[in-house]
Amino acid sequence: MGIRFILMVNKQGQTRLAQYYEWLTLEERRALEGEIVRKCLARNDQQCSFVEHRNYKIVYRRYASLFFMVGVDDDENELAILEFIHLLVETMDKHFGNVCELDIMFHLEKAHFMLEEMVMNGCIVETSKANILSPIQLMDKAH
Amino acid sequence: MSSTSNSLMDSLFQRSLEDLIKGLRLQILGESTFISKSLDEIRREIKQTDLSTKSIALQKLSYLAALHGVDMSWAAFHAVEVVSSSRFAHKRIGYHAIAQSFNDQTPVLLLITNQLRKDLNSSNEYEVSLALECLSRIGTDDLARDLTPEVFTLLGSGKAFVRKKAIGVVLRVFDKYPDAVKVCFKRLVENLESSDPQLLSAVVGVFCELTTKDPRSYLPLAPEFYKILVDSRNNWVLIKVLKIFSKLASIEPRLAKKVADPICEHMRRTVGKSLVFECVRTVVSSLSDQETALKLAVAKIREFLVEDDPNLKYLGLHALSIVAPKHLWAVLENKEAVVKALSDEDPNVKLEALHLLMAMVNEDNVSEISRILMNYALKSDPLFCNEIIGSILLACSRNSYEIIVDFDWYLSLLGEMARIPHCQKGKEIEHQLIDIGTRVKDARLELVRVSRALLIDPALLGNQFLHPILSAAAWALGEYVEFSKTPYEIAEALLQPRTCLLPPSIRAIYIHSAFKVLVFSLGAYFSAKEPTSSPLVPESTTSGFSSVNGFTYKSISSLLNMIELGLCSLSGTLDVEVQERAKNVLGFIGMIKHEIAEKVTSQDSETEASRAIAFMEDIFSEELGPVSSTAQEKIPLPEGLELKENLEDLQEICREVLEPIDDSKSTSFSPSDKISFSIAKLRIRDQQEASSSSSPEPKSAYLLAEHRKRHGLYYLSSQKSDDHNDSNGNNNNNNTLNEYPPANEISVDSFNPKKKMNQSKPRPVVVKLDEGDESKTKPDASSNDEPLSRAIQTALMGKGKEKEREKDNHERDLDSGVNEQSLRRDKKKKKNGEKRSKHRSRRRRDEEVSATKPVEIPDFLL
Repeated sequence: MGIRFILMVNKQGQTRLAQYYEWLTLEERRALEGEIVRKCLARNDQQCSFVEHRNYKIVYRRYASLFFMVGVDDDENELAILEFIHLLVETMDKHFGNVCELDIMFHLEKAHFMLEEMVMNGCIVETSKANILSPIQLMDKAH
Repeated sequence: MSSTSNSLMDSLFQRSLEDLIKGLRLQILGESTFISKSLDEIRREIKQTDLSTKSIALQKLSYLAALHGVDMSWAAFHAVEVVSSSRFAHKRIGYHAIAQSFNDQTPVLLLITNQLRKDLNSSNEYEVSLALECLSRIGTDDLARDLTPEVFTLLGSGKAFVRKKAIGVVLRVFDKYPDAVKVCFKRLVENLESSDPQLLSAVVGVFCELTTKDPRSYLPLAPEFYKILVDSRNNWVLIKVLKIFSKLASIEPRLAKKVADPICEHMRRTVGKSLVFECVRTVVSSLSDQETALKLAVAKIREFLVEDDPNLKYLGLHALSIVAPKHLWAVLENKEAVVKALSDEDPNVKLEALHLLMAMVNEDNVSEISRILMNYALKSDPLFCNEIIGSILLACSRNSYEIIVDFDWYLSLLGEMARIPHCQKGKEIEHQLIDIGTRVKDARLELVRVSRALLIDPALLGNQFLHPILSAAAWALGEYVEFSKTPYEIAEALLQPRTCLLPPSIRAIYIHSAFKVLVFSLGAYFSAKEPTSSPLVPESTTSGFSSVNGFTYKSISSLLNMIELGLCSLSGTLDVEVQERAKNVLGFIGMIKHEIAEKVTSQDSETEASRAIAFMEDIFSEELGPVSSTAQEKIPLPEGLELKENLEDLQEICREVLEPIDDSKSTSFSPSDKISFSIAKLRIRDQQEASSSSSPEPKSAYLLAEHRKRHGLYYLSSQKSDDHNDSNGNNNNNNTLNEYPPANEISVDSFNPKKKMNQSKPRPVVVKLDEGDESKTKPDASSNDEPLSRAIQTALMGKGKEKEREKDNHERDLDSGVNEQSLRRDKKKKKNGEKRSKHRSRRRRDEEVSATKPVEIPDFLL
């Protein structure tokens, strides 16, 4: 299924966004997030951005105080996922203007909306920033 | 009255999501109280009839569920209510909540079918999009079946925004309801030729997922994929297409040749590292027979390896590890980079490098690589250190120590490993020490030497991770004590005071080994006495030992005293196993002690003690051979055997078995009776078979053959080769069978003729269990059994009939299929002549199956 889940976690290890593309119970999610966050946060900048965990491969990247972590299948292209993370950040930057943790906290539904435009069933379906943002801009206008 | 005013208050002063988040941020310690207070609020608010209040409550609940792990399954019905609102903002909150919290077991799931249908048919494309998104997340079998018509309609939508999402949802629909393929597949395929990059990107993603699950069904679409591979300039799309070809090429080699050129072209042209890496990965995993492509890919890997970027380094190593099994030269060319990566900062990079090094190991370089790795192990953190040790152990023991020529070296390496401070692989080292002891006769001398060094070091007893190793060392010293020069010293080491640090189970092994040492020493003492009746037995040597294994009266009695002293304290120990073994040995000593003293004076060799010792020696001298780990499995479970039942029933079962043959016997019998009976019975059967194989009675011969096939384990091996056993290639090894009765199929692998002749020392014989036949090769889960694959194959066949152009292809394909079939049949005939193993015949059968059902191969391949 390609992408299994997307997490955004701050330096303190608090989850700021969690999107799963397969069903996991609350306990499973919590355990998984805890393990992954521990693993990724312990790593430094000189180390690579890929961590194997259980049957997932975690591709993560840090932007300021926020970690973006994407859990993918084993044969997914790691570099493409890094590009996907970057695209996500750029898209959010474009919308919020220099996005920060607070933007995501207070506009979680928008962040989810962007993700929904980009990913479906764990497949990346949209990679154009303009296309991703157009429905959100419409919604903003409607308000 | 009060409730209505309450609800009004709730609606008027309801906290928004933003308020909730702000509130949460203010909490430093009491977050959980704040959350439970908010939950109470939400529970009240969500029951309001006002949809705005309800939806905001649901939104807050979704937030808490997603980020604070609050359960929201109780609100499933409220989510359905919110979705039914006519306002888009409410719908969005509702659908989000549903996607987040529903699963196949959610009871109210059935209630949303109609709502989804309504929204899928909506004129507002954003509502359609919400419903599609929701379906893609929670679609069940029922939902997929009921909504297939709507999805079909949307696949033809003029709005790309809707159509691309409909494409995305197809994956879920096909997965849950394979019959949807009949309806939707054609429209899905048409999108492969779309000029709209949005649609193309979505549809390629879907096919990438579908192909991963079942490549064979999508072979006929290769021309469409090929076109995209050549034409597209979108890296996202290209990566997905490459993934598709990686799967297709692995089942259709002719495709590999075809796509190698465009892939090389992409590798040369593109600057995007992700695309380059995907090309590299495709080449190394599926096109590794294409020489130019592989060379180019390896060159790209080298570029990755020398980069400073840890990501590229890691991926480069990873790609090398994919190519390593088939083209080791690629790894060897980059050996320096790999070894350098062992000291990388990143544990993942180190691990990848370690795996690669292990892939390079062969019998010529194993000692060099092990030496490098042991140095790293000493310097590394505990985790990586054990990873290294584990890899060495695994690589060296693979296939019955295939790559080990010099077992003396390997045993001393095992000894070194035990002394690495972080070593936690005691269990595995224990296993290998014993395993080598039983399998490799020529290595026993060194095994005893290594074991002795481990055992006499009191420091090692303090490390509990080493206890299993010590137990193996103790066992080896007892079992192969005849190779030891200093039995006294070994007995002393086995009984040293610090053994109290060992767990009782291992202590018991120590005591038992001491017993073996004692019996051996006594045996040597007695046998030495008998032939040399000359009075020249030198008792004057200071050490107490006259020669290598010569014992004097003095030395033997000091050995006895030492063991007695060492065990005395243990006879009162709490653990019964230790206590019993200690008492056994003490009893034995008590029995023979005074007779030994007598023996010095009397020259009568037939004392009671010497008989007892000879008897014990006999017991201990029986050689232990390796037993196949699957030996137990080979014994079929008798029909009707109920392992959990009360054992009283056994009596009845046994009688039932016995009665028809043995009427005279009384109802009570000892187990040994039964065993001897069954062996006798088998012998009779064996003889019967031997005779019947010549007699012209086909039916009984067949039955016997069947029986032998099923219960071959119980048959004693006959020297006479018969057809039924031939297939295992076993009859050459019958002499070995006699040597090691416990395991059924043992063969001694002779010197490998391929080995170089200039080896200073020939590789010792390693007793090997012939496990080849046991590895159950499960037939590949035939894709044809999958309803989805079947549906897709049918759909693609239909596609062939529809278009005139493709009809031609189809016919030609069928021709090619026939050709292929006959070709295979030829091959098959050749193979029949060989007639070797069961494996082959099984594989042949598979080939037959695939040959009768020709795969449709697109014309551009031919």
